[in-house]
Amino acid sequence: MTKAAEIDIASVSKVYGTTTAVHSISLKIPAGSYCCLLGPSGCGKTTTLRMIAGHETITSGDVLLGNKNVTDLAPAERGTAMMFQSYALFPHLDLVDNVAFSLKMKGVDKETRRAKALDMLKLMQLDAYATRRPAQLSGGQQQRVALARALITDPEALLLDEPLSALDPFLKVRMRAELKKLQTSLGITFVHVTHSQEEAMALADLVVVMNDGRIEQAAPPRTVFERPATAFVARFMGDHNVISGRVTEVSEGRLTLAVAAGASFSAPADTAEIGAPADIAIRTDRVQVGVDAADGYGFTGTINNIEYRGSSVKLAVNGAGIEDFTAILSDKVFFANPVKVGEAIQLSWNAEDVIVLGRPS
Amino acid sequence: MTTVRFIGVGEPKPKRSLRLPLKLVSYIQATPLTLILGAFLLLPLLMIVTVSFWDYDFAQMYPDFVTFNYTETLGSWVTWKTYLNTLKFAFLVWAITLFIGFWVAYFLAFHIRTAAMQMVLFLVCTVPFLTSNIIRMISWIPVLGRNGLINSGLIHAGLVSEPVEWLLYSDFAVVLAMVHLYTLFMVTPIFNTLMRIDKSLVEAARDAGASSVQVLTNVILPLAKPGMAIGTIFVVTLVMADFSTVQVMSGGQSASVALMMKNQMSLLQYPAAAANAVVLLVLVLLMVAGILRIVDIRKEL
Repeated sequence: MTKAAEIDIASVSKVYGTTTAVHSISLKIPAGSYCCLLGPSGCGKTTTLRMIAGHETITSGDVLLGNKNVTDLAPAERGTAMMFQSYALFPHLDLVDNVAFSLKMKGVDKETRRAKALDMLKLMQLDAYATRRPAQLSGGQQQRVALARALITDPEALLLDEPLSALDPFLKVRMRAELKKLQTSLGITFVHVTHSQEEAMALADLVVVMNDGRIEQAAPPRTVFERPATAFVARFMGDHNVISGRVTEVSEGRLTLAVAAGASFSAPADTAEIGAPADIAIRTDRVQVGVDAADGYGFTGTINNIEYRGSSVKLAVNGAGIEDFTAILSDKVFFANPVKVGEAIQLSWNAEDVIVLGRPS
Repeated sequence: MTTVRFIGVGEPKPKRSLRLPLKLVSYIQATPLTLILGAFLLLPLLMIVTVSFWDYDFAQMYPDFVTFNYTETLGSWVTWKTYLNTLKFAFLVWAITLFIGFWVAYFLAFHIRTAAMQMVLFLVCTVPFLTSNIIRMISWIPVLGRNGLINSGLIHAGLVSEPVEWLLYSDFAVVLAMVHLYTLFMVTPIFNTLMRIDKSLVEAARDAGASSVQVLTNVILPLAKPGMAIGTIFVVTLVMADFSTVQVMSGGQSASVALMMKNQMSLLQYPAAAANAVVLLVLVLLMVAGILRIVDIRKEL
């Protein structure tokens, strides 16, 4: 229905004085997709978003929006609209004037802009509150006003800076669904900054995991979760045990990894440099208990902690030089053969559940 | 020695026995301020209002209820001229301090990046206020006088052949000194309001395509209104009540209401001065009420 734009970020860097916030990142966000920039605070994700929006100057590199180089354009000339973390609604204006703000700046006459703003508010089901001030609304309503204000400019891409962080957990999940629905119906490109991997997996077509100003992995959520590219991604996405060690042997399509304490683990791999440091990841929900392990695909440890989580039980196991190795068992499996803290336990997994992780270059 | 007390064992701690009714507590808490305001504000005001209805001659006041103090004050053309003159000063000083105050505060709040530097520069603004009003006022005289800094500079530069007369002992000098004295009262509240404006509002406005001027007129100025109102109240009430600046800087050539009252008092015409004071008080209160009507400052307090 609307023109969606592909966003092309070409080796963009941001340097503040002597610190580099973003290290020459390149990323292509397909037109009409929902992209989540994911990472811990200080990883450069918000800076990247603000550079796309034009609220931050780009030190080097280019940003292209639908084949138009927007690197040196003002925010409003780019065809993007930004939704701010705290929504940044104008406290002195009522909802209609808030939403109509950009039209007023363009010099649209009062009747037209108010009518358009009311239409937009109706779309967001806020027309009943049209004459209220932002402070009189709840967090979820304020967010919808901010969305309406951003969308009235008819943007090619909507940039959202942690849009859900100010909401309570229940509302978060509801607004998340609304955002996804809105993106699908508008068909424009959404770029959403978040530090919640759950949010990113629920919403995104493309998850971009960032760390320390660099992109660790950019892929669909399923790929990011099932085949994390680096140890950082595996740890940040959660539900993975990461084991670090050195490669001691490569043969018959598998490598052997020795951890510092002396134990060794196997993983499927074709090539690896002997003696090089390497990381492997094992999904926490694929770990089996009490089954004899094939060589290099398991270890025996003592249970450090047990957490009951309703449908599942989380075990933390120490052993073979690994601290807090996590196993998630379904409640059925756990209670069929319950164990206690301090007991020894045999853990094992299948060869296909081991992922060899890459190292960031 | 410490004693160990097990929870739930032995005698419970004695509860405090003094229990006052909640209502009484509130009244007791409000008493000190009521006493201070009553003794130092309400009582003097009542005395002035009372005296303003008394009779007097060259030596004495006579308790009475006469209204000629008011009819004389309000019926005299001189009074009206003096009031107009005072209002003129108030307006000029208000307009100039508002202009300077807003831009100084705007610069401090939006163009200085670090909070530490903002505080340092703000304190620099207040440094002149460590000296007394009179000294700051008098220090203009060697600058503006006939043989003062500016005049001798102009003559040396050959720009004028005669010293410029209107620099000192003129309305210009009065307004200049008042602006100098009172600008900080405008800077402080406006700076305070501007500091509370979320910087992301400016970005949101830019995102919506606002130019710098549009950001100023559509976002910053409307949000700065409460600070401007508070500054206006400070400056207007100060100027309306000023007599020393007018006397010193105009060299006695200009009059203000407060100066008129001072003159009446030196002639022992206390009831007339009191009536004048009541009129001035009503006028200033009306002005403050008008300002509060236009701008809602409750958020700032």
